[in-house]
Amino acid sequence: MIRYLLKKLFYMVVSLFVLASATFFLMKAIPGNPFMSEKEIPKAIRAMLEAKYGLDKPLWSQYLTYLNNLIHLDLGMSMKQQYTTVSSIIGTGFLYSLQLGIFAIILSVTAGVVLGIIAALNHRKFLDTFTIFLAVLGVSVPNFVVASALQYFLGVKLRWFDVAGLNDITDYVMPTIALAVLPAAFIARLTRSSMLEVLTADYIKTARAKGMSGRIILFRHALRNAILPVVTYIGPMTANIITGSVIVEQIFGIGGLGKFFVNSITNRDYTLIMGLTLFYAVILMLARFLTDIAYAFIDPRIKLNSRKEG
Amino acid sequence: MATIETKQGQAVDPQGLTKADFQKLDHSEKKGEVVVRESISAWKDAWLRLRSNKYAMASLIILLLIVIMALIGQSISGHDYRSQDYMATNEKPSSNHWFGTDDLGRDVFARTWMGAGISLQVGLYAALVDLVIGVIVGGIMGYFGGKVDEILNRICDILYSIPNMLIVILLIVVLEPSMFTIVLALSITGWISMAWIVRGQIMQLKNQEYVLASRSLGAGSGRILFRHLIPNAIGPIIVTLTMTVPNAIFSEAFLSFLGLGVQSPAASLGTMINDALKAMTVYPWRMLFPAVLISLTMLCFNIFGDGLRDALDPKMKK
Repeated sequence: MIRYLLKKLFYMVVSLFVLASATFFLMKAIPGNPFMSEKEIPKAIRAMLEAKYGLDKPLWSQYLTYLNNLIHLDLGMSMKQQYTTVSSIIGTGFLYSLQLGIFAIILSVTAGVVLGIIAALNHRKFLDTFTIFLAVLGVSVPNFVVASALQYFLGVKLRWFDVAGLNDITDYVMPTIALAVLPAAFIARLTRSSMLEVLTADYIKTARAKGMSGRIILFRHALRNAILPVVTYIGPMTANIITGSVIVEQIFGIGGLGKFFVNSITNRDYTLIMGLTLFYAVILMLARFLTDIAYAFIDPRIKLNSRKEG
Repeated sequence: MATIETKQGQAVDPQGLTKADFQKLDHSEKKGEVVVRESISAWKDAWLRLRSNKYAMASLIILLLIVIMALIGQSISGHDYRSQDYMATNEKPSSNHWFGTDDLGRDVFARTWMGAGISLQVGLYAALVDLVIGVIVGGIMGYFGGKVDEILNRICDILYSIPNMLIVILLIVVLEPSMFTIVLALSITGWISMAWIVRGQIMQLKNQEYVLASRSLGAGSGRILFRHLIPNAIGPIIVTLTMTVPNAIFSEAFLSFLGLGVQSPAASLGTMINDALKAMTVYPWRMLFPAVLISLTMLCFNIFGDGLRDALDPKMKK
């Protein structure tokens, strides 16, 4: 177990290193530099600026400084927003994104599991077909379509919610729904198919033969085993919610990480792009790591130290 | 009790069979060994299963219609997707402009189908690149196993653990967006899942007798891999391909959202939606058609892909 987790941790560090190096060299490969602008900057000032950001040194020494700073969690200064460090931008944005993300995870897991159970209990009946249809629709309709449809119908037409912003609690409703649709649809499909498998298992028949009530069988015996595949979905779900948040925050005008990410790309704010990329990568890898650990704890049958055989 | 017809045509009681019923047949009438029914190949069987799945067939037909419209849509509209008309910006759908016009007075009908074409192309090219790289690498991993497999697998592991959307975004920021760079960026990590699927298939298949037979007849590794093993693993490969297309379409739309999609005057559905979004509260119809079309395309690909998987691998069906 410990060995397995250490191996995973090692891979995480290697991938992070690869990504960090890739971002560094990709950003360096872009022609021009951040101090090129319409106005000609005097040579002396430009040299001073370059010296300040260490751009006058050779590439390998810049790379080493960059890695060294990364180890000390120093992501540098934003190139477009003066006097702001990348870390402080991440700090302010992450709060909103995290809140939204947590709401979306809660909503999608609840809705997905409930829908999945309803579908499995009504196998091959109307409710089942209807839920599958909803799930396929949820997977297929891109979240920017969902978000803008919500914004238009609930915000502009019906005026139930504010069109944009994140000022009071009702403002969370539309972005959360928009973020939760895709993962909820995935979870519903996963829960349904594993529920169907579990419900025909022998131990369920035994429980039923012993005269247990349907509710106890459902929640204590079936759901506990059926929920396992959903746990493996934690990693991909985090990825989905992050990509989703980039879009949803932009549409609903929320100043979270996603919005900063879009802005940093449109402004070509390279240090911010690099910082946010690495931050997202760390979160995604942590989510995957968490999935592995959670899986081992929930399902004792899984021996993590056994080698993967194809 | 019911009566039955005998050979002579006289109706008798079933119990009262006459001697004539027990005549010996001559050899010409012994057809027990003759195959009467046309033999059904695995492919035909899959096709029959697919054809009986009405949702999958409906999706296939809709997809074909979308492809046809993407090819001819521009010419039936009577407008060029690029031509701007400043006297007619942001118009509602009318008999002249069937889907209305955008902020530069360009015909949305022509642009929608043109965009659908670009989105489909991105999806198809990405799927093709994934197919080629994935099948070659996966085939090598599965067939040779051992050290080669170990090393390639580690590389895949590391590449796969890097969040692919981030790599895609970084690459396009550097390379400047175009159809080529988008497909390239999507393929950098896209082939890995295909490679793993092919690897798994090949590992199962490579110990079968027909491989041994082929080898004992002197076939080389390349021939065994590409003539025998991969054709037999084609089912899962096709299913993965069908699922790659909507993913790539979505990824391209997502990139458009970051301003990294296909650049103007060309448009994909994603760029059109992104443009329309800015004025959505005032001109919602500009958003409607591309949004519906992209959702419909992805829906059909997903349903068709599910149907295809059920048809090619009935054991998977729940």
